[in-house]
Amino acid sequence: MTELLERGPDRAPLPAEPAAHDRGRLFRFLRRRPGLVVSVLVIVFVLISAVFPQLFAPGDPNLAVPRERSLPPGPGHWFGTDYLGRDVWTRVVHGTSLSLQATLIAVAVALVVGGLIGLLAGFVGRWVDEGLMRLVDVLLAIPPILLALALIAALGFGTTNVAIAVGVASVAQFARVMRAETLRVRGTVYVEAARAVGTRWWVTLGRHVLPNAAGPVLVLAVLEFGLAILAVSSLSFLGYGAPPPAPEWGSLVAEGRNYLATAWWMCAMPGLTIAATVLAVNRVSKALDGEWGRDR
Amino acid sequence: MSGPYLLRRLAAAVGVLWAAYTVSFAVLYLLADPVATLVARASDGTTLTTAELDALRAQYGLDQPVPVQYLDRLWAALQGDLGTSFVNGQPVTSTIGEALPPTLQIASAGLVLAVLLGAGVALTATYTRSRWLAQALMGLPSLAVSLPVFWVGLMLVQLFSFQLGWLPAVGARGPEALVLPAITLALPTGALIAQVLVKSMSQALAEPYVTTARAKGVGPLAVHLRHALGNAALPALTVLGYVTGNLLAGTVVVETVFTRPGLGRITVSAVADQDIPLVQGVVLFAAFVFVVVNLVVDLLYPLLDPRVAQAVPA
Amino acid sequence: MSSLSVKDLQVDYRVSGGTVDAVRGVDLEVAPGEVVAIVGESGSGKSTLAQAIIGLLPDNGAVRSGSVRLGEDELVGRTDRQWRSVRGARIGLVPQDPAVSLNPVQKVGAQVAEVLRTHGLADRRSAPAKAVALLERAGLPDAAVRAGQYPHELSGGMRQRALIAVAIAADPGLLIADEPTSALDATIARQILDHLEELREASGSSLLLITHDLAVAADRADRIVVMSGGRVVEQGPTAELLAHPRDAYTRELLAAAPGLAVTDPPPPAPPIGGDTPIAEVRGLVKDFPLPRTSGSWRRGSLRAVDDVSFAIARGETLALVGESGSGKSTTARLLLRLADPTAGQVLLDGEDVTAVRGEPWRQLRRRAQLVYQNPYASLDPRFTVREVITEPLRAFRVGSSSEQAARAAELVDRVALPAATLERRPVELSGGQRQRVAIARALALAPDLVVCDEPVSALDVSVQAQVLELLAELQERDGLAYLFISHDLAVVRRVAHRVGVMRDGRLLELRPTAEIFDDPQHEYTRTLLAAIAGRRGELSAP
Repeated sequence: MTELLERGPDRAPLPAEPAAHDRGRLFRFLRRRPGLVVSVLVIVFVLISAVFPQLFAPGDPNLAVPRERSLPPGPGHWFGTDYLGRDVWTRVVHGTSLSLQATLIAVAVALVVGGLIGLLAGFVGRWVDEGLMRLVDVLLAIPPILLALALIAALGFGTTNVAIAVGVASVAQFARVMRAETLRVRGTVYVEAARAVGTRWWVTLGRHVLPNAAGPVLVLAVLEFGLAILAVSSLSFLGYGAPPPAPEWGSLVAEGRNYLATAWWMCAMPGLTIAATVLAVNRVSKALDGEWGRDR
Repeated sequence: MSGPYLLRRLAAAVGVLWAAYTVSFAVLYLLADPVATLVARASDGTTLTTAELDALRAQYGLDQPVPVQYLDRLWAALQGDLGTSFVNGQPVTSTIGEALPPTLQIASAGLVLAVLLGAGVALTATYTRSRWLAQALMGLPSLAVSLPVFWVGLMLVQLFSFQLGWLPAVGARGPEALVLPAITLALPTGALIAQVLVKSMSQALAEPYVTTARAKGVGPLAVHLRHALGNAALPALTVLGYVTGNLLAGTVVVETVFTRPGLGRITVSAVADQDIPLVQGVVLFAAFVFVVVNLVVDLLYPLLDPRVAQAVPA
Repeated sequence: MSSLSVKDLQVDYRVSGGTVDAVRGVDLEVAPGEVVAIVGESGSGKSTLAQAIIGLLPDNGAVRSGSVRLGEDELVGRTDRQWRSVRGARIGLVPQDPAVSLNPVQKVGAQVAEVLRTHGLADRRSAPAKAVALLERAGLPDAAVRAGQYPHELSGGMRQRALIAVAIAADPGLLIADEPTSALDATIARQILDHLEELREASGSSLLLITHDLAVAADRADRIVVMSGGRVVEQGPTAELLAHPRDAYTRELLAAAPGLAVTDPPPPAPPIGGDTPIAEVRGLVKDFPLPRTSGSWRRGSLRAVDDVSFAIARGETLALVGESGSGKSTTARLLLRLADPTAGQVLLDGEDVTAVRGEPWRQLRRRAQLVYQNPYASLDPRFTVREVITEPLRAFRVGSSSEQAARAAELVDRVALPAATLERRPVELSGGQRQRVAIARALALAPDLVVCDEPVSALDVSVQAQVLELLAELQERDGLAYLFISHDLAVVRRVAHRVGVMRDGRLLELRPTAEIFDDPQHEYTRTLLAAIAGRRGELSAP
């Protein structure tokens, strides 16, 4: 009975929240957070590039123009050209598709498998929980990148295998968060109240537990999106991804590596793209954490 | 701390190692067909006869039924024998042992640097009264974790080796060759430490006991170090196992970027060659390090947190 | 000894989208040796005022104008360094929640010694002994042993004594106690307040007591200051203010304060006729397993409920009172079959339901419902009020969806909420409104019995009175029976026909309300009654 007795500053009377999402409020909200707006724009740009690369880079990513070898960034070639005279910008934009596909697969694997394991462990409890969580503990004991490498050693190379490996390596993290959230929601008074008014358990699971537990897991999924971009590009940098000449963010950096001393842009530009995308995703994830996270 | 407590923790640690062995066995020996890898390696383009294949299987014990293989390999692993490499026929343990020293060098340099950077940023950010400095410092970790490690390494090389010529770009000779790899390795790890510590420091500083301390007239530095940090360091300590594991894993990329010999490099080539026993050896080694670090943290924890000390039967 | 003088103090908070005025022009005088109580509900600005006086406003709060003088010295506008010679040395703070106000990783003695060291009142060698002496003065038994322990090894009352030792260590001229006992059980609270009073009298310092409880203020203060909406609405000598409140808000508070409104006669018990009681428990026992202790493989168990029997008649309110850990809430959960008893019987309407499971268990929900203590936690934040109220109807498929909607509208009206509430979500409602929604949900299936587990203890006193009134009205209309769980005897006196006193899992006595209050049989009941704030002098402790 102590938790609600006021603590710290008296609860300030907040202005009443208007129920409707009016347009002006959204606009003001966006103007107050320019970083978030830029991040959303970057993500939208990356998503469009993945589906319609021609829109931003009409050229052929594999077209080599020997005359224009190793040109620094400038008009005509924003990101410069590589050692064969291919336009780096075009290759980066066209590489989005493969990199993003892999990332999406990775996040989907982690979210679905990890989420189900966590939900099951948290809701069923007892020995199911014990067993599943021991497995999760083991997966957590192996650094994700090594686990992914082991899976690649077993599955073989290729973008899809890299994606699955990265996804599986993150399953444990998702399972843990989902379980913790399920347990937290299952222990809340309103879930007991639902039971006490006679609501059946599966209705409780669907209407109370899942919606209230999903928030932090979805935030994690967005965060994981950024981490998966990094992991996928690291693995393709190491040479386990798509075979050349298919452009992929990580392998583009690897290609440019041999020319680092003389043509820095071949490495810098694709890497910068990766960094900008991950930064944008993390920024959005942080904003969502405020909206959907544990604050609610 | 008592004997039974120590034994229980030890048993749990051994349990995790056993499970890690089992999981890695399942992934590497069941998901893939090691023989196919062997064949690809041994055949040099020529076709192997059935007899040659069987001989190969027998050489690596792959002709046995799976449960027997599992138990045999587990028994051998318990005696410190993790099998022999498919590629060069060397024992896995000695291959790892030889690769370890240079890796330990950059990993330990990286860890020290990461702790200094992470704790420095976190403590300054929560201590400073300047709003913009705090904001700027708190933004650093999220920036650092967003950068691809391999790219950071290459950019450092471009800047400090090629442009400025201060430090060597590649190799492992001399202490100056350690600087760039250690920085590259420390950035993401330090960022992680900073994030954890900023969060736990902010939480601790919002606790009523901090108000009590301030109401006593205690100065801000003492409030920070004596009251808040004492409590905030505990959650940060629990991620040490995770941090160490990731630092080790980070050497895979860093050693490739800087062309240094070490555990990371042999991992990269083992995966490329599908050298199953060696890959399993590296995974087990990482799990071992994680388990040992966590065991040490677990044993230290009661000394730092009296609440846990009491829960532990004395 | 110096006096405290606050002049036209204004404090505001920066929040997203502007500032909120928390204290709007407060004048306050505390003479040397005087006890002044600031009384107000949550949001009244009383805690903010206290924080401003000791210079510990949260980061987003700031004194906009006005002055705070301690003796000759102005406190507003001091630098942090200048504040440090005031805090602890000239103003001591007794914080609200002893459970979290001590550093968990530092020994208690060291935390007391820290004040002495900080203000140069002791050196490294003399500080420990002086700290023990201070803990002794604060009334901590075995002070020397306790000083070497960590906070988690002490009970809530002992921790509050340690915090009092911290506050008085430098012998400050002014003590500020911010809700010092609201987190403690009534009997402990009373001991702590008594001790604080003794210490204050001995040292001659003045005391600023911040409390939501007018009754506590009435017991302890020379002068009462009533705050509401960041302003002082009325202040005056305690006896005068209680006898002749001038301000309407003060009168409202006074009427609502359970401990002070002893003039209300308790409701008479309804005739318990020959018909079967609506609910009955016989010989109820509940054991909880304890975690395994060292050196023993056998698990101990804690007996939370020990041989409890009672019956509730139709239309009756039976109250169970007791302090935390008395087993009253567990008893309620056993009666509802939300927990399984270790032994004993539960009968609803004469039918033994002790062992029902599955679908029959679910059908019990149509007869007995529950209103939880905490209206902030018992409503799913994602549901609208309509969804909350119709959830039981949907669970039992009562009526079509339009009939359910009509029923929801009717229920909202019955708990006196505007119809527009139906489309709101719990976050948009106040605590009292939420509790009304929870009551509407409990009534949706037209049960015969509603168990109310501390239904008003999370609410402000004026809201408490309204919710209690609503419960009484509903009972009169529908002939509901209530099992009313409470730690607050003053509340119980207003609503219950019969009262059972529980302690350590046992039902000590169960008698009509008037008898319990006028002629308590059990000694523990007398202790409880004596601890009710606002009744000092009226009843003396045995």
